[in-house]
Amino acid sequence: MDKIFKKPESIRNAGTHYCPGCGHGIVHRVICEVVDDLAIREKLIGIAPVGCAVIAYDYWDFDVTEAAHGRVPAVATGIKRSLPDRIVFGYQGDGDLGAIGTAEIIHAANRGENITIIFVNNTVYGMTGGQMAPTTILKQKTATTPSGREQKIHGFPLKVCELLSVLPGVVYAERVSIHNPQNVLKAKKAIKKAFENQIKGLGFSIVEVLSPCPTYLGLSPQDAVKWIGGELTKEYPLGIYKGVA
Amino acid sequence: MKKVLMCGNEAIAEAAIIAGCRFYAGYPITPQNEIPAYMSKRMPEAAGGIFIQSESELAAINMVFGSSLTGTRAMTSSSSPGISLKQEGISYLAACELPAVIVNIMRGGPGLGNIGPSQSDYFQAVKGGGHGDYHQIVIAPASVQEIADLTMLSFDLADKYRMPVMILGDGILGQMMEPVEFKAVTKPQIKKDWILDGCKGRKPRIIKSLILNEAALEKFNLKLQKRYKEIKNKEQRCEVLYGDDSEIMLVAYGTSSRICRSVVENMRKKGRSIGMIRPITLWPFPEDAFKKLGKNVKSFLVVEMSCGQMIEDVKLAIDCTRPVYFYGRTGGEIPSEDGIIKAIENY
Repeated sequence: MDKIFKKPESIRNAGTHYCPGCGHGIVHRVICEVVDDLAIREKLIGIAPVGCAVIAYDYWDFDVTEAAHGRVPAVATGIKRSLPDRIVFGYQGDGDLGAIGTAEIIHAANRGENITIIFVNNTVYGMTGGQMAPTTILKQKTATTPSGREQKIHGFPLKVCELLSVLPGVVYAERVSIHNPQNVLKAKKAIKKAFENQIKGLGFSIVEVLSPCPTYLGLSPQDAVKWIGGELTKEYPLGIYKGVA
Repeated sequence: MKKVLMCGNEAIAEAAIIAGCRFYAGYPITPQNEIPAYMSKRMPEAAGGIFIQSESELAAINMVFGSSLTGTRAMTSSSSPGISLKQEGISYLAACELPAVIVNIMRGGPGLGNIGPSQSDYFQAVKGGGHGDYHQIVIAPASVQEIADLTMLSFDLADKYRMPVMILGDGILGQMMEPVEFKAVTKPQIKKDWILDGCKGRKPRIIKSLILNEAALEKFNLKLQKRYKEIKNKEQRCEVLYGDDSEIMLVAYGTSSRICRSVVENMRKKGRSIGMIRPITLWPFPEDAFKKLGKNVKSFLVVEMSCGQMIEDVKLAIDCTRPVYFYGRTGGEIPSEDGIIKAIENY
């Protein structure tokens, strides 16, 4: 019998450490499918962030480095400038990219670094226990917004794709979601595009992925994806925010 | 090569490029601005040379992290407040066993302080300014010629031991001009079999500092300590002036040592029994040179442009067997010969 569905070559045989219903595994896999499709595994350098995805190298079967919290775009800049013919991508969470590393992402984007950033937005700090993230939406309850995020106290949710899309160095910014199979396929298409842009030398590409964290949303895996499709996409509309390429 | 007249900051940059440095990232701060300015001009002339003016000191040190892990010789520079910002990155470089050269042209502190010359970052440099059980090699040149020679050495040491090396200068050393000769480097660079450059023809590699298992992290830290011990045994450097026939030994590095050298020569002309130990490596501290001193040495006077930091390492090096006195100026002020002589006469 022909095998019609298999593990990507670029993913290791490893048991998952992620919580049930977590979106990181899907995003990891989609990246590896794209890496296989584009045959770039042997010239690829990935950067794992501080956060739940810090041990992404346990799943990815290609060269991977860790970066200090928020510094992924700076590390990516150092790698890509030194090895311009390799493919370099950074994987960042919302705290990493949208809070502690805001300066690094904006300036890497504004320089038009020829790199790819995969930004996983699950609206909470997962690794440290579900605190408010820069992308936590108003009224959302977290470990540090027990009564829900309130604008007067905590400010507004940060719109990363909207923010970066105004920068001339950014060639591609798209927000996707993985709350159902149809959207996972769209996410794959976007991630593929973000890598293709780099291969063509076009400049900075970012794909923001709305991803479930059932544990710290306090929802079942099923309800978490329902919440993303129903609520979160209202706050963070899906689509292409910048598409020069 | 013929001698050229150059300021210390430019000599660092030129020596780095001769040593094969092909990546520089930095952020403006006085009194080291000649380094990025020189790099911005010279790096594009060197094959594959990259210059980036980064958005912050944090970004600069992390760009160096990224470049270093590709096997590129990489450097950043700053001055005291900016070096504080780089400490996180230095800790990660040490933990990930990545070579890098970091230049600190010290200015008056704490806080924003001023842009006068200072040696008040000694503790931060030699005791581990970032978090965790790590060390960096700390090199203290005292002339523009030494800046050139020791910058080249710094890249070799960083590669050899796979760790950050800090060149610790001050505003005077960075700004003053002296004749300098850049000696051609023929030493082949060490083969780096740990870099990330895509896994073609080999197994994928991982560079990381996260070691969740306590026993494994302890084992890793002990491995680092073993390397540090080897460095302590092999890499201590210093200059000893009149160690065999002096009763008083001055101890000073960098700019302070230049003033102390005048004091020593002038006082010896008047028949005083005085010499100097000038540490060139601040970590590893040149303990062996102190231990080798004879019984002729009755006391030490440590002279620093700080409120007294290196003095602690002098006391440790001699196990407090003899009196150790201190004379220092701080806040960007510079010790005068008269001030040092008065300190010698008064203690």
